[in-house]
Amino acid sequence: MAAIEIRGLERRFSGGVVAVAGIDLEVAEGEIYAFLGPNGAGKTTTVRMLTTLLRPTGGHAIVAGHDVVREAADVRRSIGVALQEAALDPLMTGRELMHLQATLHGIPRNDGVRRSTALLNRVGLTQAADRRIGTYSGGMRRRLDLATALVHDPNVLFLDEPTTGLDPVSRRAIWEEVRKLNDEGTTVFLTTQYLEEADQLADRVGIIDDGRMAAEGTPALLKAQVGRPRLELTLVTGVNSEHTRAVEVLARFGEPLPSKNGMLMVSLERGASDIALVVRALDEAGLGVETLNLVQPSLDDVFVEKTGRHLEGADKQPAAETGVGAEQ
Amino acid sequence: MRGRLVWNLRVVAALGRRSVMQAFRRPQFLAPIIVFPSLFLAVNTGGAGRAVDLPQFPQVHGFLDFQLAGAMLQSTMLAGVSGAIALAMDIEIGFVDRLIAAPIARSSFVLGRLVATGMLGMIAGIWFIAVGLVFGAHIAGGVMGALVVIAMVALNALAWGTVGAALALKSGRASVAQGVFPLVFVILFLSSAFFPRGLLLEPAQTIADWNPMSLIAEGLRDPIISGLSFGSTMKGLGGIAIVAAIGTALSMWGLRARLRAG
Repeated sequence: MAAIEIRGLERRFSGGVVAVAGIDLEVAEGEIYAFLGPNGAGKTTTVRMLTTLLRPTGGHAIVAGHDVVREAADVRRSIGVALQEAALDPLMTGRELMHLQATLHGIPRNDGVRRSTALLNRVGLTQAADRRIGTYSGGMRRRLDLATALVHDPNVLFLDEPTTGLDPVSRRAIWEEVRKLNDEGTTVFLTTQYLEEADQLADRVGIIDDGRMAAEGTPALLKAQVGRPRLELTLVTGVNSEHTRAVEVLARFGEPLPSKNGMLMVSLERGASDIALVVRALDEAGLGVETLNLVQPSLDDVFVEKTGRHLEGADKQPAAETGVGAEQ
Repeated sequence: MRGRLVWNLRVVAALGRRSVMQAFRRPQFLAPIIVFPSLFLAVNTGGAGRAVDLPQFPQVHGFLDFQLAGAMLQSTMLAGVSGAIALAMDIEIGFVDRLIAAPIARSSFVLGRLVATGMLGMIAGIWFIAVGLVFGAHIAGGVMGALVVIAMVALNALAWGTVGAALALKSGRASVAQGVFPLVFVILFLSSAFFPRGLLLEPAQTIADWNPMSLIAEGLRDPIISGLSFGSTMKGLGGIAIVAAIGTALSMWGLRARLRAG
């Protein structure tokens, strides 16, 4: 049985805005599914419908075996939710929030205390547990949010952009925890605008754009569909007319891709063996090359292929080895 | 069935406890309930004490006795507004989404907030009775009169809490709730909260005759200045019931609208 099954899910807002325009997808039990898309693509609206916070205006969705409209209470019992803006009361302590969350899920007091302590320990917040949440760093808040979502041992976990705005160390810590949870059998549905996050974590990726599913599959499969490596280059001088001429030259070797930050790109039809020919052709056309880079297909390429544009912030992917997150 | 009821009560109690704690941890929530009305009481009593000599002023032991009801009424109305601000902030930061995503009755977070507002009202009632006694007020209704006043203050806070909840649920913005503060004073001054109806000029007097705040003010005042009576207590409770009925209807409408909007 699928952990999540969506058919023709749609959400229209007043004023005729269609945030989600009839999407279909299935997430198998025990899978990590990443919902990838730019801001405003419909990711959060979809999550809000799946977590019963928002009623769909069309289609239907089954989560953990329950219909999100007709059996909303059963859905809420079966899922854990960590929303985009960690919805935490800054005046409470981490431990108080954990106890409250346990009460909300009908967990007896003693069990709630025990589970809270274990989860705070699991996410590395034992020392900070009795501090007010207002004093926590962004990474600590996200970890606490994750811990609260787990207090009742949910079958399906929804994470809405769990690492947005976090430093690389905190991001890695969240990824590690998500992997562990998945290893323990929890199905994870996460939304993200980070390609690397989807690439690193997800068993399957769904790309959503403008409220519609643009592509779906394993990261490897999606990248294989794009297939060809991409050559990125900058010219010695960035004059517009030369730029146009360069695009004409590059078109002989494959499909030119939309340029990004003044960088020209071409999807090489015959692969890496064409590099020398490209450089020679540009040289013969009197165009000097300043930088040259061969890039293997990424999920951004998949996004470009499917939507005709780059994923917002795709050039600002987290550098995992830099930055320090001193949190406790 | 019984288990479910106990769980729901546990949830409401936990959310109420959190809201009371929130008020004590954030002074700007507690100040309108205790500090502002206390200052207002001090200034009013000190500055207008000669009002008791006016011909239509009721027989009172002292002007402070008369003013206590107004201070308590002001405190409970501001408790409602503070509750509205706190709830609106919960909506703004997404805390309400956390509660809605949990398998609890969707009205629980509003009920929790109302329980807290009632508790804060009770604390305010105790505070003003204590302050009154310290500064020489005389409670004509004795201990039982004081207890009835405290209970009515708590109920009135609860009633105003429903109005505050409606405001927060409909607007979802703390700034809107904050903007209502001045209205509290307009409503109070157009009632018999601070002066007897007979001393108000027209059209204020007519408005005060129709303002349920006058019923509540007089219901709170009578046990202090003239002793406990069934009639005045029922008059006060009647005024509270009017506010609660309007507030409950509006907050149910606000809750439905908020849940629909997601």
